Amino acid sequence: MIGYLFTIIISLMLAATAFAAPPDAGDIMKKSQAAFFYQGADFKARVEMTLVGKTGAERRRELTMLRKNYGPSGGDQKYFIYFFKPLDVKDMAFMVYKYPKKDDDRWLFVPGLNMVRRIAAQDAHSSFVGSDFTYEDVSGRDLDDDTHTVVREEKIGSLDCYVVKSVPFKESGSAHKLSWIDKGSFLPFKEEYYDKKGALVKVFTAVEVKEVSGRLTVTRRRMENVQTGTKTEVVYVKAEYNVGIEDSLFTERYLKQPPKRLVE
Amino acid sequence: MKRVLMIVSLTTMLTMLRCGASEAEGMSAHGFLQGNYSVATDDKNPDGNRFKWAEERAQFKLDGSRNEERFFLKTDVFYDNIDEKADVEMREAYVASSGGLWDARIGRQIITWGVGDLVFINDVFPKDHEAFFSGRPMEYLKKGSDALKVSAYPEFASFELVVTPFFEPDNMPRSERFRMYDPMPQVTNRETKEPPANLKNTEIALRAYRDLAGFESSFYFYKGFYRTPSMQPDSLSAPTKITLHYPELLLYGVSLQKSALDGVVSLEAGYLVSQDDKTGTNPLIPNSQAKVLVAYQRQIIEDMTMTTQYLGEYMLSYDAYEAHRIQGFPKEPLYRQLLSLRLQYLMMSQTMRLGWFSFWSPTDKDYLLNPEIRYSFTDNLWGAIGALVYGGDTDTTRFGSLDKNDNIYTQARYEF
Repeated sequence: MIGYLFTIIISLMLAATAFAAPPDAGDIMKKSQAAFFYQGADFKARVEMTLVGKTGAERRRELTMLRKNYGPSGGDQKYFIYFFKPLDVKDMAFMVYKYPKKDDDRWLFVPGLNMVRRIAAQDAHSSFVGSDFTYEDVSGRDLDDDTHTVVREEKIGSLDCYVVKSVPFKESGSAHKLSWIDKGSFLPFKEEYYDKKGALVKVFTAVEVKEVSGRLTVTRRRMENVQTGTKTEVVYVKAEYNVGIEDSLFTERYLKQPPKRLVE
Repeated sequence: MKRVLMIVSLTTMLTMLRCGASEAEGMSAHGFLQGNYSVATDDKNPDGNRFKWAEERAQFKLDGSRNEERFFLKTDVFYDNIDEKADVEMREAYVASSGGLWDARIGRQIITWGVGDLVFINDVFPKDHEAFFSGRPMEYLKKGSDALKVSAYPEFASFELVVTPFFEPDNMPRSERFRMYDPMPQVTNRETKEPPANLKNTEIALRAYRDLAGFESSFYFYKGFYRTPSMQPDSLSAPTKITLHYPELLLYGVSLQKSALDGVVSLEAGYLVSQDDKTGTNPLIPNSQAKVLVAYQRQIIEDMTMTTQYLGEYMLSYDAYEAHRIQGFPKEPLYRQLLSLRLQYLMMSQTMRLGWFSFWSPTDKDYLLNPEIRYSFTDNLWGAIGALVYGGDTDTTRFGSLDKNDNIYTQARYEF
């Protein structure tokens, strides 16, 4: 009987220790993914991107991004991106069906030819519209592709952050990534991308975080490539959650003629 | 009329330029100024000129909408330095309306169907081959159709119906600018006869599409005309006059597309019935054909994509063709094959684009090569330089015939 009680006490103590231990890195990244890439049932943002070359020359992109979630955080999503600037791609529209476990389906509408083209989509690590952000930086990455470990805890300004190291299982854009995840909002306030030699390549900074439809959102962000000297700043000029985007938006019909209500 | 249009266009454009492109409520106005020149590298044109293309062009686009109604106008004004004349070209002009499960668009509009890359089986809409062969920007390969397009989106599939009362032929390379094979060069008296606009000649094109087992699938039907002309001499033994006409065509087709093999796989097929020569015995009218296209696109390294295509064209009444073909005219193969390769590499934050496109036919033993570099100097200004090289074992095949027309071209465009 005493032995039995003793076992129970030991088990309870172990459980208590486990409870007090820092949360699992996988959990942190899951919550971060939900806060950063999957907020709301859907999302709409008017986006301005400024691409700064190493000589300081600036180029601008203006677009509307629409996103709708299908299933829980970490699941399928559909994206619709409509370009205003530069003018040589004005009225172009880009549609992505994102599947975490396999390659995306992507379509591009070319207005000059009134043509919808399917695009090969293995380039998660290549640049999105010439910027320092990759496709993956825009729409996220399957968490199961990396192992995550909390390496330390650190303050960014007044925010307490977990610093999580993510190392991909297979070939990826970078050899590893460090993410500073705010303990309160689980938004990443900073990320560092390292190459195989261990040298720093890119730094992501959440420059401005605001409440949008009651949800904390990174409304201004910067990605700086410290090796090439280029940087890109992205601003959400207008943003809104739960707009009520219908499934039919993500079809050839609206790719060719997006509803003004949604893209303007 | 043209002069009036031109003055109106120019005034509007100058106003737009002065005020800067505007984005008024429900209305947007944009356009570009463009220079486009193409110089022959190995032989002068038949008219003695060195340039295949030399023009300055301004385009203005006006796009307006209110509720579910929209109008769109795209007009070009250009000065052709070769023919030394200015002109206006209405590229597109339509009004459109939308309902819950339908759209309608009437007027001049550009329509593109099918999954081919510069290979057209079910894209039955007018094209400008001369534009492509002269090194003009890609959008000029397509011409507008003066048509009514109705789309419907019921639950089980989507549909597009295009009704075109006014026939528009493809634009072929001009004989003054291009040296090409001509089976009857001695007959210079030529007349073009387009199908007159009437109910019987109204073209009908239908496309139905939906997802089938993960394949984006389209089914096509077209009743209309071949857009490349056929030659009809008044006499075969001693011809004095040739009539260029457009025989009737009936087309049934299908296309499928899917992500597969780490890329995108596309299939397209068409069954072309030559209505004016169903038996295949008239050698001056195209024989009925079956065509099939297989294409594969994938990214091979970061920022570099590759598209490769295989096209097979099978002549359906070959025995009849062989029995009736005209001696002295080049002999068509039973089965023609064509391969294409496109490579595109983006550099310098995607401001520099290196492109390669080529056709090669193992049947005709001829080719077309098209390298191009495009650079965006600023967000508003881009320029491109490229070459078009043609050749083949004989000068009677599609690209072999263009052998003497190699050219280097430049395009520069300022967008506003």
